[in-house]
Amino acid sequence: MPKLTIDGKEIEVEDGLTILQACEEADVEIPRFCYHERLSIAGNCRMCLVEMERAPKPVASCAMPAGEGMVIKTNTPLVKKAREGVMEFMLINHPLDCPICDQGGECDLQDQSMAYGLDGTRYTESKRAMAEQNFGPLIKTEMTRCISCTRCVRFTTEVAGVHELGQTGRGEDAEIVSYLGAVVTNEMSGNVIDLCPVGALTSRPYEFNARPWELRKTQSIDVMDAVGSNIRVDVRGREVMRVMPINNDDVNEEWISDKTRFIWDGLKTRRLDTPYLRKDGALVATTWSEAFEAIAKKVKTSDKNKMAGLIGDLNGAEEIFAFKSLMDSLGVDNVDCRQDRSNIRPEWAGRAGYIFNSGINAIEDADALLIIGSNPRLEATVLNSRIIKAVKQNEMPVALVGEAADLAYEYTHIGNGAESLNELLKGKHSFAKTLKAAKRPMIIVGQGTFIGDDAKAIFETIANLATNIGAINDDWTGLNFLQSAASRVAALDLGCVPKNESVNYNSILNASKAGDLDLLFLLSADEMKLCDLDNSFVVYMGSHGDVGANSADIILPSAAYTEKFATYINLEGRAQLGHKATFAPGNAKDDWAIIRALSDHLGHKLPFDSLEALRSKMFDIAPHFAHIGSQSAGDMSQLQSQKISGDISSTPLNSTIADYYHTNPIARASKIMDDCKAAKLAAISEATGTNG
Amino acid sequence: MLADKDRIFTNLYGQHDWGLKGALERGTWDGTADFIKKGDGWIVDQIKASGLRGRGGAGFPTGLKWSFMPKGDDGRPHYLVVNADESEPGTCKDREIMRHDPHVLIEGCLIASFAMRAHACYIYVRGEFILERVRLQAAIDQAYEAGLVGKNACGSGWDFDIYVHHGAGAYICGEETALIESLEGKKGMPRLKPPFPANVGLYGAPSTVNNVESIAVTPTILRRGASWFAGLGTPNNVGTKLFCISGHVNNPCTVEEEMGITFRELVETHCGGVRGGWDNLKCVIPGGSSVPMIPAEQCDDLAMDFDTLRGLGSGLGTAAVIVMDKSTDVIKAIQRLSYFYKHESCGQCTPCREGTGWMWRVMTRMVEGRAEKREIDMLFDVTKQIEGHTICALGDAAAWPIQGLIKHFRHEMEERIDQFSANPDKAGSVLNVEAAQ
Repeated sequence: MPKLTIDGKEIEVEDGLTILQACEEADVEIPRFCYHERLSIAGNCRMCLVEMERAPKPVASCAMPAGEGMVIKTNTPLVKKAREGVMEFMLINHPLDCPICDQGGECDLQDQSMAYGLDGTRYTESKRAMAEQNFGPLIKTEMTRCISCTRCVRFTTEVAGVHELGQTGRGEDAEIVSYLGAVVTNEMSGNVIDLCPVGALTSRPYEFNARPWELRKTQSIDVMDAVGSNIRVDVRGREVMRVMPINNDDVNEEWISDKTRFIWDGLKTRRLDTPYLRKDGALVATTWSEAFEAIAKKVKTSDKNKMAGLIGDLNGAEEIFAFKSLMDSLGVDNVDCRQDRSNIRPEWAGRAGYIFNSGINAIEDADALLIIGSNPRLEATVLNSRIIKAVKQNEMPVALVGEAADLAYEYTHIGNGAESLNELLKGKHSFAKTLKAAKRPMIIVGQGTFIGDDAKAIFETIANLATNIGAINDDWTGLNFLQSAASRVAALDLGCVPKNESVNYNSILNASKAGDLDLLFLLSADEMKLCDLDNSFVVYMGSHGDVGANSADIILPSAAYTEKFATYINLEGRAQLGHKATFAPGNAKDDWAIIRALSDHLGHKLPFDSLEALRSKMFDIAPHFAHIGSQSAGDMSQLQSQKISGDISSTPLNSTIADYYHTNPIARASKIMDDCKAAKLAAISEATGTNG
Repeated sequence: MLADKDRIFTNLYGQHDWGLKGALERGTWDGTADFIKKGDGWIVDQIKASGLRGRGGAGFPTGLKWSFMPKGDDGRPHYLVVNADESEPGTCKDREIMRHDPHVLIEGCLIASFAMRAHACYIYVRGEFILERVRLQAAIDQAYEAGLVGKNACGSGWDFDIYVHHGAGAYICGEETALIESLEGKKGMPRLKPPFPANVGLYGAPSTVNNVESIAVTPTILRRGASWFAGLGTPNNVGTKLFCISGHVNNPCTVEEEMGITFRELVETHCGGVRGGWDNLKCVIPGGSSVPMIPAEQCDDLAMDFDTLRGLGSGLGTAAVIVMDKSTDVIKAIQRLSYFYKHESCGQCTPCREGTGWMWRVMTRMVEGRAEKREIDMLFDVTKQIEGHTICALGDAAAWPIQGLIKHFRHEMEERIDQFSANPDKAGSVLNVEAAQ
């Protein structure tokens, strides 16, 4: 605990802090460009120079460790002169085109030049100009504005885990380029836009769309995957202009995936804005009451055993609760939320059997990792960055059972099928020793593991393996299940799985296809083929005109995630609140309100008239939903040593995500996501030389 | 003048055999194993006692530097890295050692490595030095064959490997941490200090980077005793030093001389004097392109050592003495150096990346006189804004020559500006060029 003096104030700081961090603790602000607390230290912008007693020249505070007895001065004329000098150097070759720069209003260079900039220029020579780079559909470059802070390079290497960006050339010809001019395709690339302290890297889809001071900002939760990234939805008028990350050290740190960031154009297209009713084979706009009456008529003539409800990936806990309550009141048991076709069942081991038990932060503590049936890079992109961090910082060894894929770190590929788990269990594979020797081993199980009929046997084998390697004990929880859909944990918590074990998502759809169902309710469920729905009477409730709406007989338009208040339970089982940033289009309503109104028409009026009343009912069943921000753990003892109830097949364990940019109806409505996919495909064909 | 018996580099000009046989005849590799048997502490003490200061430019005491290497064993290997990236304009001493007396260096590497408990030594040779690289490697091969290096080097019981690595021709790779980066296969960009290489250096292990000459003189110091070396030169500036005299002297040369020799003696004894006589001297850059120049009036009894030159606001640097007579356009000369630093700036940190280009452009106008007098002060201010604000010393090196120019030849710069503004058309103004077309 070194004690140092900063601007005459004595302060004791933790070991290992830099002077810059110590200054922050002493409430002294140090200007910086290249320094970023989540990236390695570059020390190249020289803006953070401070005066240190007994040092012959000013020191870069971002890189100098705080030491005992240091006397730091940050407000002397020497420091001011040094910073003004650095600022002048940054500006001499900067185009100063703030009026036509998207960074304007939220630009570090602009802000700091207010404090350290001169009122005129002394530089009368020609300015340097740099050629534009093609970084792909998401990142617009204006490299003349670049101040070579290398934040983007460090981010792509350290957090995204790929070598896509670098600095070439030297001296004033140094420039940031992508590797061999290739398009940037990593799934975290959008974060460099936030990191860029100037307007060199800006958002291409958002180009010239809005100024930051015109935007109304609402905190919310992302639903593109189950991580529950904290986001800020920026709205102008009723239109979502962009999505930005919010810092949450326990969840997404301050990163979000490109899908989270650039999904917003999908919120504006293919929207369902009024109820529809199928008449003579064609959908026609109708009123809410007519639609409800039509449903009521159909329900009356339907057998409760021939009705089913499917729950999609993007729903909040409230509407799932309302939907489940309605289905219960109608006596419908066939309600399934496992849209990824997983056969996991909540009763196998309670919550501990389907959530990410250790929490995301614990990945950084793990000293060996086994991934089973998952591609975390696609299923939980931001979580994968934690794995990258652990691999890079702690040299954590990683192994994979399942489909081999580029995860952005090296791993031992043990096998494709679940039978390789037996090899690990018996200690035959060399990685078994690594796991056994690890003090804090971790297993991450994707839902792709449980697609087959042998799901239970695999589940039990994994539980045994976890017990065997010491992944479950009083001090360490190392068996984690990775969900890839935002609604899944809440829905499983609320018991949205058919009681009859032989019924699952596929069997319900098969029954629908065969014409064995009288009525099928879809709560934003779209992951199926059109032909699955052709022979049933389908009621679709959702925000986008996708598969479900296409073959629905009745469409009830509802709000998308940016347009409602909702509770989301992320893959760790952490409850988080999403807020309403704007209004749903046209006649679309909140899902819970639609369900409540429908229940009245069906003669099973649900006992809540407001969101608050709904929540208090919901908290009776799932009290942990009320603990906003905190993770409620499952009972790990239920996971310990299981008797294996069957054989394991050798079917390859593939990830549940095949088409990353098109995993949900909003993404499929987004042109930006289409562009991302096209850029990725082009990059792959270029890399393999199959583009002719 | 240094007596022949006190010369360390006895084959500096390559009249004799560079190979092992010749080296042995000249006394190289004599009793090396005995020094090693006396222990690393003894060697470091001897070097400390000899007062040897680093020959790469900064003049840091070599023995002290060696003693910074961690004492205990934390499992990491130690490395000696020899900086043979001799790129400072005007400097041509290390290449003479490498091509004409490579065994002196190799023996020094063994002794220095042992003193720092390093089993491996890397010699980073400047990319442009082709012959030197080949010679050095050939000499190392001879040494391996003779058992002088390798397992149980010289029969001393110390295992020692030595590798030659060549750069790709970047001045900045002569900066010790940029050299380490380059050696690791990365872009040659200086690292932030701390941590210093002695704690975290090559491949994250404790390393010491020394200049070729610093390493090459150590065996002789041990053979002839620290007091012999300390007895040469002036207090705190002891021993012999290779001076590289270039520019307007009748006979430019590299010569080993006693530290503290006067500039006048140096050029008159070894270089046949200043071209056109002593009175024709205009100024001298005493230590390689990066130190400020010294005007003729300060050169009369100028002692060539670290402390005297520092006292004059300059430095001994690498002892690359660049002599300029009165025919020199000194503004143009410094402008050329500015171009060099602009070209060699690595581009990592802001002041140097942006400032070197700015200085060069202003200097280019100053050569013509196409400037205003107040811009001289501005230029000086810009050099001050770079100096001391960068990660490595290249920023300082780029700033100092211009500061020296402004300090001593401001009147000439002002005259040039006056000349230009008196008759701008003839000097080729934009209007004039257009009219001619």
